[in-house]
Amino acid sequence: MGLLAAVLSGFALALFAPGLYRVARGQTGWLLALLPLGLACYFVSQASAIASGATINAHFAWVPALGVNLSFCLDGLSLLFALLITGIGTLVFVYAGGYLAGQPRLGRLYTFLLVFMASMLGLVLADNLLALFVFWELTSVSSYLLIGFDHERERARAAALQALLVTGGGGLALLAGLLLLGQAGGSWELSTLADNGGLGAHPLYVPCLVLVLLGAFTKSAQLPFHFWLPSAMEAPTPVSAYLHSATMVKAGVYLLARLSPVLGGTNLWFFAVSGVGATTMLIGACLALKQTDLKRLLAYSTVSTLGMLTLLLGLGGRLAVYSAMAYLLVHALYKGALFLVAGALDHATGTRDAERLGGLGRAMPVTGLAAGLAALSMAGLPPFFGFSAKELCYAATQIAPAAAWLTALTVLANALLVAVAVLVGLRPFFGKSHATPRRAHEVPPSLWLGALTLAVLGLVFGVRPALGPDLLVGAASTSVLGQSAEMRLALWHGLTPELALTGITLVGGFGAYRSRKLLREAASRWNVVSGWGPAGWYELLLRGLNGLALGQTHLLQSGYLRYYLLIILATTLGLAGAAFARSGDWVASADWSNLHFYEAGLAALIVMAAAVALLVRSRLAAIAALGVVGYGVALVFVVFGAPDVAMTQFLVETLTVILFVLVFYYLPETTVVSGVLARARDAVVAAAVGVLMTALVLIASSVQYSPSISTYYSEQSLPAAHGRNVVNVILVDFRALDTLGEITVLAIAGIGVYALLKLRPAKNGDRDSSVADALGTRSNKNAGPDVQFFQADSTVEAPK
Amino acid sequence: MTSLILRTVTRFMLPLLLLFSLLLLLRGHNEPGGGFSGGLVAASAFVLYGLAYGVAAVRRALPVQMWTLTGLGLLVAVVSGVLSLLAGFPFMTGMWLPLPGFNHLMMGTPFVFDVGVYLVVVGVTLAIIFPLTEE
Repeated sequence: MGLLAAVLSGFALALFAPGLYRVARGQTGWLLALLPLGLACYFVSQASAIASGATINAHFAWVPALGVNLSFCLDGLSLLFALLITGIGTLVFVYAGGYLAGQPRLGRLYTFLLVFMASMLGLVLADNLLALFVFWELTSVSSYLLIGFDHERERARAAALQALLVTGGGGLALLAGLLLLGQAGGSWELSTLADNGGLGAHPLYVPCLVLVLLGAFTKSAQLPFHFWLPSAMEAPTPVSAYLHSATMVKAGVYLLARLSPVLGGTNLWFFAVSGVGATTMLIGACLALKQTDLKRLLAYSTVSTLGMLTLLLGLGGRLAVYSAMAYLLVHALYKGALFLVAGALDHATGTRDAERLGGLGRAMPVTGLAAGLAALSMAGLPPFFGFSAKELCYAATQIAPAAAWLTALTVLANALLVAVAVLVGLRPFFGKSHATPRRAHEVPPSLWLGALTLAVLGLVFGVRPALGPDLLVGAASTSVLGQSAEMRLALWHGLTPELALTGITLVGGFGAYRSRKLLREAASRWNVVSGWGPAGWYELLLRGLNGLALGQTHLLQSGYLRYYLLIILATTLGLAGAAFARSGDWVASADWSNLHFYEAGLAALIVMAAAVALLVRSRLAAIAALGVVGYGVALVFVVFGAPDVAMTQFLVETLTVILFVLVFYYLPETTVVSGVLARARDAVVAAAVGVLMTALVLIASSVQYSPSISTYYSEQSLPAAHGRNVVNVILVDFRALDTLGEITVLAIAGIGVYALLKLRPAKNGDRDSSVADALGTRSNKNAGPDVQFFQADSTVEAPK
Repeated sequence: MTSLILRTVTRFMLPLLLLFSLLLLLRGHNEPGGGFSGGLVAASAFVLYGLAYGVAAVRRALPVQMWTLTGLGLLVAVVSGVLSLLAGFPFMTGMWLPLPGFNHLMMGTPFVFDVGVYLVVVGVTLAIIFPLTEE
């Protein structure tokens, strides 16, 4: 019960966040932070039980027939993520209140953030594959809403769409992969799948793995899908800190860790996961140093770190998994802190350009302290947590296959990240001060509290691992490995090769920092190539898709009713005709013996009226003739005992004729618009459709369907539904859901017609007023001139 | 169209047609009729009135936005389905209550649903026809 409440409480509170903001204004962040704080306390209280190997399970049937259940399982891996989500969530809620103070749409931001937090919790707690997928998609959707929060800027909208399309596309692949996984593993529950063991030998293994990896790689911004993450920096900084460094982008890593007992341990897993991870790690770090914007610097370094985590999970084994879990935790701490610092710097100085910031330590001492601590942890200096985690990573790469290469790559990437750490966390606060758009000042507590908390934790966890990380990292790696990693975090391992590698990293990093301008120049020579990078392909694909849509719209939507009709009828003719030709049911029998004289008369009336509609010159006469056709059909219903249908037909026919008259009255006199050939073509199509419909009706009436349904309806109408009119009982009771759908469609179609009639650009270009009029929002002016029907001067303008 | 005959006839026909539409709506469960045809009759009545006196006169006589009517209809229809949900049955299960004071007469959620259909049909039909007449 606790787990379900933990997941759903965020969704519930999200509904009330805007209302709360209207009441509590500036204090909203502090109030809303109580929810993640409470949830974090709940998870902390379960920690010791989880660490001793227990799991907490909750199971609720959702769509049991399809195997979809809201089943949750809290184990070590989930616990680590849940604490990150709720802990950093608490700080981010407080921070957002200070960062966006006075922003009128802050209530909406809180709603999105709460929805995201709840979805992310659901994702890491879900034990059911399909429930996991639903939460996975919910995080993509809330990420879309959060990136595009500042929806008036086009860049923000484009970035939001890009993130949604990339992660959403990966999500589709993931869905297919999870379905294959459920098929291959024989269960929809992750815990059962893990117990059943690896699927490496299953025939579905390769497609399943590829699809799941596509999902994980897009979400965790692995090459070549990494480009959406730097673009996502258009989001407000609290969002970047929360979603795009600490939690959501790690969902892919979570999935890899979660599924590694089932899908891991094969050569394909190793090459695909480690290969992509190592490439991402290196390219991400190189691209990071090219940036000067603080947030983009951090974003690319996040890409690099995500690559390293992926690499470690691809390696597998006790040491690699353990170091991945440790590095995941330390990264969330220092990167979250640095993002919050970047936002505070932006807030205080008005710029995020790393080269234009300097000497701020005196003006912003607390922020500077937080930034410094976080940067040192990121650089991996002892005694910070970053140091112990990085040592573990080096230890893991040294026992991997191709150890020399992988270790060299890791050291190189980490050295570049050291340079990023110095550039983001230290340089702005030391040295010469620069002129900034705003005069720098220390930010309010809500803006430094989060960064300082996370940064101090990075130091405390390094010095005293027993205070938390030991337990968390140990429990998380136990649930990935299926057994205890039997390791502990420590600062001092003796004079090991890892220590030497750390030294090389630091020296190399400092060198890279000093020569960053040279490196940037060197990198800018590659700019020619970068236009053909994945981001370019994305642009090309998107433009191609839009072009295709536009092209086929131009082709099919000509704007002429006659071509619409031609296309629709010809398509019907082609498809139905093809079906006829395949089935061979050409011969339809009709029994003429029971034909009454009035039935024959009705038929003659309909045919004659149709002929008149075709031949007559006057448009009004043609409309009237069509009305006669409709009334004739209604009479057929009367003759064959369907009064309800007949009545409706009469009414619809009447209104249709009125509509036709209203529309046609304003058109010019009939003129011949099409040539002889075109009319011949239309005649052929029309005649063929007539023949087809006749054949269909004859065949349909000769087919005997099972009578059970109609018998059931007529038998049950009075006893079960208290009505003698079976037609109406079917409409409002037996099949009421269909009717509800139909009246909804009717309303939507009505809105469409109304919009076509009313939402035309006004002549004086005052578009807004015509829209307001059309929507009836200006009811006092909506009455308009008192226009009579069929007035001679039909040039009455739309109401202004 | 300022025809005296049409105007005079309409003056008497409007209430009769509206009453007839209500009759259709009410008896629909047992005899031919129902929310859809009832709604069409009511819409026709207003269109007739509009033909005789102009749309502005109809808007004065029916001081409701057509989209309000449509939305109200959809709301009524959905609410009629939700009622059974509150009682623990699946969505849109027909629920019936005997009307006090009437012998054998029952009041049910399908009727409430039909009222929703009636309102949607009136709203959409008029919302489409009126702008055309105002152009």
